Amino acid sequence: MNPLSVVVRTVCDLFAWFMIVFGVNVLLHGYVTPGGGFQGGAIIATFIAFLLVAYGGRRVASRVNDRLFDLFEEVGLLVFFILAFLGLPVTFFFNFLAKPLAESAGGFIPGVGTVALMSVAVGLEVTGALSLIILTMHRGIRMFRGEDLEPETGHDR
Amino acid sequence: MNWNAHLPALLLAVPLFGAFASPVLSPFGRTTRNALLAGLSFVTLLVSLLLMKSVLAGGTAVYVMGGESTGLALPLGMKLPIRIIMEVDAFSAFMAVCGTVASFAGALFSMNYMDKFTALGRFVSLYFLLTLGMLGMMITGDIFNFFVFLEIASIASIGLIAFWRDRPEAVEASFKYMLISQVSSMVFLIAAGALYGKYNALNMAAIGGLIKPGTMEKLALVFLVGTLAMKCGAFPLHMWLPDAYAEAPSGVSCLLVAVSQASLYGLMRVCFSLYGVNLGGAFIPWVIISMGLASMFFGVTMAVVQHEIKRLIGYHSVSQVGYMLLGLGVGMLVLTDARGMAEYGFTAIKGGMFHIFNYTMYKALLFLAAGAVYYATGKRDLNELGGLARRMPFTTGMFVIAAAAISGLPPFNGFVSKLLIYESVFAVHPALAVVALVTSVLTLASFVKVFQTAFLGPEKSSFTAVREVPAGMLFGMGVLTVAVLVATLFPSWTISNLVEPAAKALVDQAGYIGAVMGGGL
Repeated sequence: MNPLSVVVRTVCDLFAWFMIVFGVNVLLHGYVTPGGGFQGGAIIATFIAFLLVAYGGRRVASRVNDRLFDLFEEVGLLVFFILAFLGLPVTFFFNFLAKPLAESAGGFIPGVGTVALMSVAVGLEVTGALSLIILTMHRGIRMFRGEDLEPETGHDR
Repeated sequence: MNWNAHLPALLLAVPLFGAFASPVLSPFGRTTRNALLAGLSFVTLLVSLLLMKSVLAGGTAVYVMGGESTGLALPLGMKLPIRIIMEVDAFSAFMAVCGTVASFAGALFSMNYMDKFTALGRFVSLYFLLTLGMLGMMITGDIFNFFVFLEIASIASIGLIAFWRDRPEAVEASFKYMLISQVSSMVFLIAAGALYGKYNALNMAAIGGLIKPGTMEKLALVFLVGTLAMKCGAFPLHMWLPDAYAEAPSGVSCLLVAVSQASLYGLMRVCFSLYGVNLGGAFIPWVIISMGLASMFFGVTMAVVQHEIKRLIGYHSVSQVGYMLLGLGVGMLVLTDARGMAEYGFTAIKGGMFHIFNYTMYKALLFLAAGAVYYATGKRDLNELGGLARRMPFTTGMFVIAAAAISGLPPFNGFVSKLLIYESVFAVHPALAVVALVTSVLTLASFVKVFQTAFLGPEKSSFTAVREVPAGMLFGMGVLTVAVLVATLFPSWTISNLVEPAAKALVDQAGYIGAVMGGGL
């Protein structure tokens, strides 16, 4: 992928960040509004797609570290598991933070309890995974165009 | 808190934690990763044994994920169960024990076997996900969650079969498996959706209590039987199986054997517990019996001519699945006929069920032994092997035990389960027993061929540097050998303590429904 014109790149500079803000908004309000962890995470992951389209693959690939997205995935998955596990004195996945509506009004952690936290965890996981998928698909395009291809190896040492 | 009540959840939580923790922990080095792989597989095995014990002592266990208490399937006087419900009867617990033994053995074996490859953090993660998917299919009480676990197992298998991605054959096998498993899970989902649309319930016990024979139910049954038979490798739909088993790393082939048994479990659960007395005549049982006969005969005839060792064992999987389909199909045939059930039907079910256990153990052992041969020599073609018995005495010994068990030589466990099947299916029609016997003879023939060409004969000059495989791999094979020998030396103990409760649970449709719906509707 080649970089697009300066107009596109400037617009991307300005607006790509709003995708993150919007994604986080969808993610954090997932438990009361349409959307949720997966949808919010998918919106945040479009950030990488924007950069790839506007700046071209080579520049993005040289700046982005896959390990960061791995970290997003790992943290998200582990937080999700730990939240499920903490309910264990009652049952696995038991919502131990939930409160009746009257007690929770105005509180910082809403009455839905672990549901909101789990949707944040799912959002982190989906952000990492979808970004990695986009980057991997982009590497797949490079394979067909004969660009600086990494040699296809197995996992032999 | 009472840990016994939480065992069904722990059975899924332990491998799930392994899958999520392995990318975080594997950068800490080889020892940490191997400890995670072997340790958590062992814990899963322990949990499944404890679960079996508690189910045998206390009856069917019901676990409601996220419920106010573990057994609260019908809160506030609701008519249909809500939430994700795990329902573990003796049959589920029995399958979970088979699956976790194979998983533990494969994990021990993979510690050394996968050592010379990179990306092992991903390998461990996918291995635990595959274990999780398999166990989930075995203990879930909900037809939609069965689909979810089917997908988890499929996706993990796709990644693991193509783990050696520099081999084009491995990528092809994985792609074939992906196509088959995606089509079959979509068709499964259509069937689950059809049942949900009509009965407003996804819980298998709830649907089983409500179901009435009709055209839509027949259509859904055809979809379910077709897809699950495809996933367990029955004859006309078996083409993915030898490829996938041959190309996956051996520790994974060992686990894939148990995963295909989870699909067989689903097939039996649908036929016995979901439909049960509403199966609508003898048609479906005869379809399953015919699939069993065809799988046995064609599977073994294709196996005899193979000369690649793992592919040969893969074709034997097709033929061995035929035995279970035959035994359980005959049991299904007499499900509504109390006299037939008492005379031969229950024996057939016991035989099929015992064969599930035996098959999982010796087939997994055969795959591990083939992997050990490949690890030591780097060859998988029988024409290039020979004279390994001197170099690899332990592997040879365990291979002989597994080969004798699969060929049904007395006194090995394969003989016991095959005998139960022969003597019971004979009562339906002698031809069924004849096909089963001929298959057994051909199985023996092909394993004599493998043993003779690979392990006996003069020592080859190219194999002078070959050594016995490392201890981890031997321990992995040893676990399965011990399981085979226990079933061989104590067949009546195994049958009365493991197999018979499972067979009783399978035919007891009212008990399965009553455990969730509270004493039946």
